[in-house]
Amino acid sequence: MRVELTVNGAIHGVDVEPRTTLLDALRDNLGLTGAHAGCEHGVCGACTVLCDGAAVRSCLMFAVQADGIAITTIEGVTPGPGELSILQDAFCETHGMQCGYCTPAMILAAHALLTNNPAPSRGDIVDAISGNICRCTGYAQIVDAIALAAERIRGVNRPPEAGA
Amino acid sequence: MKAAPFEYSRPADIDEACALLGGDEGARIIAGGQTLVPMMAMRLSRPTRLIDVSRISALSYIREEDGHLAIGAATRQCVVENDPIVATRMPLLAAVMPWIGHAATRARGTVGGSLANADPAAELALVAVTLDATLTYREAGRNGDIPASEFFIGPTITALPMAACLMEVRFPIWRDGHIGVGFHEVSARRSDFAFVSAAAQVTVDEDGICRRIAIGVGAVTDVPIRLERVEQELSGNRPDAARLRPAIEGALADVDVTADLHASAPYRRRVAATLALRAITDALASAKQRGPDAC
Repeated sequence: MRVELTVNGAIHGVDVEPRTTLLDALRDNLGLTGAHAGCEHGVCGACTVLCDGAAVRSCLMFAVQADGIAITTIEGVTPGPGELSILQDAFCETHGMQCGYCTPAMILAAHALLTNNPAPSRGDIVDAISGNICRCTGYAQIVDAIALAAERIRGVNRPPEAGA
Repeated sequence: MKAAPFEYSRPADIDEACALLGGDEGARIIAGGQTLVPMMAMRLSRPTRLIDVSRISALSYIREEDGHLAIGAATRQCVVENDPIVATRMPLLAAVMPWIGHAATRARGTVGGSLANADPAAELALVAVTLDATLTYREAGRNGDIPASEFFIGPTITALPMAACLMEVRFPIWRDGHIGVGFHEVSARRSDFAFVSAAAQVTVDEDGICRRIAIGVGAVTDVPIRLERVEQELSGNRPDAARLRPAIEGALADVDVTADLHASAPYRRRVAATLALRAITDALASAKQRGPDAC
């Protein structure tokens, strides 16, 4: 079946079987391998992408269901080539990763959280990544990274203080 | 694993969906796919055709009508979770929404999908049974109703006719006093399937008398159940903590409790009694804080 996918702002026409997951279409047809295949049945969260801004599991969607939806993958969150987003930078700074397999999904889940909630509590952050499994870090530094990024994004958006 | 091959259709309206469903015995409805797609990936389900109803806008709504809150079957769970009408009119539903899967599955998962897949641990099924919801389906150009108490038959099995498409679930709105709700569940990890869950809704009058109570437990048997003996015991009386626990234990005594790898039957029975007690206690406490017109 022919389907038009809108990924990171660009429209791509792909030919897929109906049973091709969005994850496989992104990885195999479009070469966007930042979305990772983990369990492939919706448990691990490694395949998380944003669909119209919401974090979803790309292994639990078929590509034929995704036309007309604005899909964002980890490749689409950087401000420019060779640069890192505030969230990506915060993950580096707090050592929010070890093997890196869960990292793109963690960053996108955090992205969805911070879009709706610029000042999340630690509980909000834990809840937002509760569907993403990390077997290395023990999560503490990932939570730190998201808290740090939230603080920085709030700082960027704050008007300069009077006299400053 | 990957799903077995299937045909994909996206009908424009519900009657077209029903026609496709009636024309192919192996066809299944897909909306959010958050239960069905994992089943297909594990090859536990091999539909010949998926009929995608997720974009039929007539199946996606939340509205108050005739003393009920009506929710379209293809309404996303994240929409219900953040809806102001649900928060004020159906506080028990609002209370359970954050417990359904996690944010990434609620973004796609639908209300009707959760109900139609009839998992014994599903929070939406528990609320539907506890609050006497009614489910409406469409089949061959006609609508039919099934009360929630008759809808769930067992894990993944419902009373929905083979070629029927679930359209709506209606929850009665309680207006007879100060309303309070309570919900608890125990699972191995956040957002996983509950071993046991309990949901309670009460109304209390100005004198502290419990006017009305509904208490249900989930994952204890193949389908969510009401603890009717507890409801009879408490209804019309001033809540008495000393009598509550024996009443709950009595109501659970002759229930044929599920045992599996995760939790034994005696464990489930004991935890069900404790969670039911906590849910009722929370409901009574929150009823006293809310005004009669709050809901």
